[in-house]
Amino acid sequence: MTDEPLLRVSALSKFYGSRVGCENVTFDLWPGEVLAVVGESGSGKTTLLNCLSTRLLPSSGTASYRVRDGQWRELYRMSEAERRFLMRTDWGFVHQNPADGLRMTVSAGANVGERLMAVGDRHYGKIRATAVDWLSRVEIDEDRIDDEPRAFSGGMRQRLQIARNLVTGPRLVFMDEPTGGLDVSVQARLLDLLRGLVTDLGLAAIVVTHDLAVARLLSQRMMVMKDGRVVESGLTDRVLDDPRAPYTQLLVSSILQV
Amino acid sequence: MATPLVVSDVEKSFTMHLRDGVTLPVVAGVSFSIRAGECAVLGGPSGAGKSSILKMLYGNYAVDEGQIIVQHENGLIDLASASPRTVLAVRRRTIGYVSQFLRTVPRVSALDVVAEPLVERGEDREAARAKARSLLAQLNLPEKLWALPPATFSGGEQQRVNIARGFITEHPILLLDEPTASLDAKNRDVVVELIAAKKAAGVALLGIFHDLDVRDAVADRVIDVTAFAAGKVAA
Ligand SMILES: Nc1ncnc2c1ncn2[C@@H]1O[C@H](COP(=O)(O)OP(=O)(O)OP(=O)(O)O)[C@@H](O)[C@H]1O
Ligand SMILES: Nc1ncnc2c1ncn2[C@@H]1O[C@H](COP(=O)(O)OP(=O)(O)OP(=O)(O)O)[C@@H](O)[C@H]1O
Ligand SMILES: [Mg+2]
Ligand SMILES: [Mg+2]
Repeated sequence: MTDEPLLRVSALSKFYGSRVGCENVTFDLWPGEVLAVVGESGSGKTTLLNCLSTRLLPSSGTASYRVRDGQWRELYRMSEAERRFLMRTDWGFVHQNPADGLRMTVSAGANVGERLMAVGDRHYGKIRATAVDWLSRVEIDEDRIDDEPRAFSGGMRQRLQIARNLVTGPRLVFMDEPTGGLDVSVQARLLDLLRGLVTDLGLAAIVVTHDLAVARLLSQRMMVMKDGRVVESGLTDRVLDDPRAPYTQLLVSSILQV
Repeated sequence: MATPLVVSDVEKSFTMHLRDGVTLPVVAGVSFSIRAGECAVLGGPSGAGKSSILKMLYGNYAVDEGQIIVQHENGLIDLASASPRTVLAVRRRTIGYVSQFLRTVPRVSALDVVAEPLVERGEDREAARAKARSLLAQLNLPEKLWALPPATFSGGEQQRVNIARGFITEHPILLLDEPTASLDAKNRDVVVELIAAKKAAGVALLGIFHDLDVRDAVADRVIDVTAFAAGKVAA
């Protein structure tokens, strides 16, 4: 285990004109650590996630990432090409709506294989074998490999999106409501799968969710956001069992039990 | 004699923002220490703050004031002010905790629930499962249940899984919150034996036991929590 964080975020803010997206967010993320970001609708969770994954540029603040060779790179000073390279190789991004993260008109196998080709894999047989392996890891039968995701259920699409993201062995995965929009029973299965993969692969992840049970199950640390700001952060079980901020108390009390 | 846990002047209150910000003082001036190889028991009536103290020692409740000094990896750490990452490391290596109820994780078998803390500490999965089997057998959990997730188990069965999970590692400090509450007499005796073995191995134990027979069998001394009643100190 290394004794350096993977990501350092300092005073990050994003304004949309005069409207606050997120404001003054500071935290470190360590290798293998899962951080949950919770808060009500409009509190800035997606804005923060998009800034961190460089899909959006912040108005102010910094974020540095420790790349594989151990160097620290400032995310917002990298060239567009460098950023795209990071996103393709070292990061994953799981969207709430699988259609945003998949190519709906190419086969499931190609959705997974494409990412491998993007990191330089050229051997067709190997790519296909890896794709089959990953489909089975996310519990999709091999005989569905040539189907397009259009023909998949919501839960299957989400599992395919996860396979597409993890196949390149990323070190950091961003997830925006990965279980949102799914039936409760499908959610539970997906959550088990995610939990297993995150633990087995030792992934670091930032998971945006409005579901405190998801946060409890997946994350070790948690940040609670309101009106663009972090109102409370700490160990997930501490925040949920001994919430200190008025807003966190409201959030925790408004659900039955987590 | 080594003293791996020293608590000084710890204070805890809850501020209920949803109830007009009323503050509920729970404990203040909590000071004690636990030596290696002894089992101390927190005593006092319901609501005195026994569980709250245990939860602060595990980093599950925040600490308002005071220090919780823990011997961790050849150094000393103040758990009251430690970062989440440090608290997690302390839980992995130094402090074990048996809660009153098992928090179940869907689809994970009882055997793996028990083995998990060892795997987290880097032990081989099969070796960890072997230890888990022997503990579950010792606690008389029927073998046909081992491969099933504990969510559907009875209260006593779940609690035995929870106890096995807490006792499987060699944490130098072990916290126990009424581990025997939902057990029958035979299994209570097993827990008493397990605690005796931990003491012999030099573990520092701090527990809460409502059952007087169990308490008498394991306690080297009782720490009276009413002495730390928050109102008393404030007055
Ligand atoms: N492109 C945009 N232009 C203007 N305002 C925006 C834009 N995107 C987000 N906002 C505003 O920024 C604030 C934060 O939005 P964000 O999408 O980050 O919230 P969220 O916490 O992800 O909410 P939800 O749980 O509903 O997804 C909101 O007030 C939102 O209206
Ligand atoms: N998370 C919490 N939020 C608010 N109040 C709490 C919380 N946890 C405990 N309390 C309050 O703190 C006081 C002490 O509770 P605690 O559970 O520590 O008592 P105890 O001595 O373990 O009691 P018992 O013997 O009944 O288990 C009680 O008044 C309880 O309601
Ligand atoms: Mg959002
Ligand atoms: Mg209690």
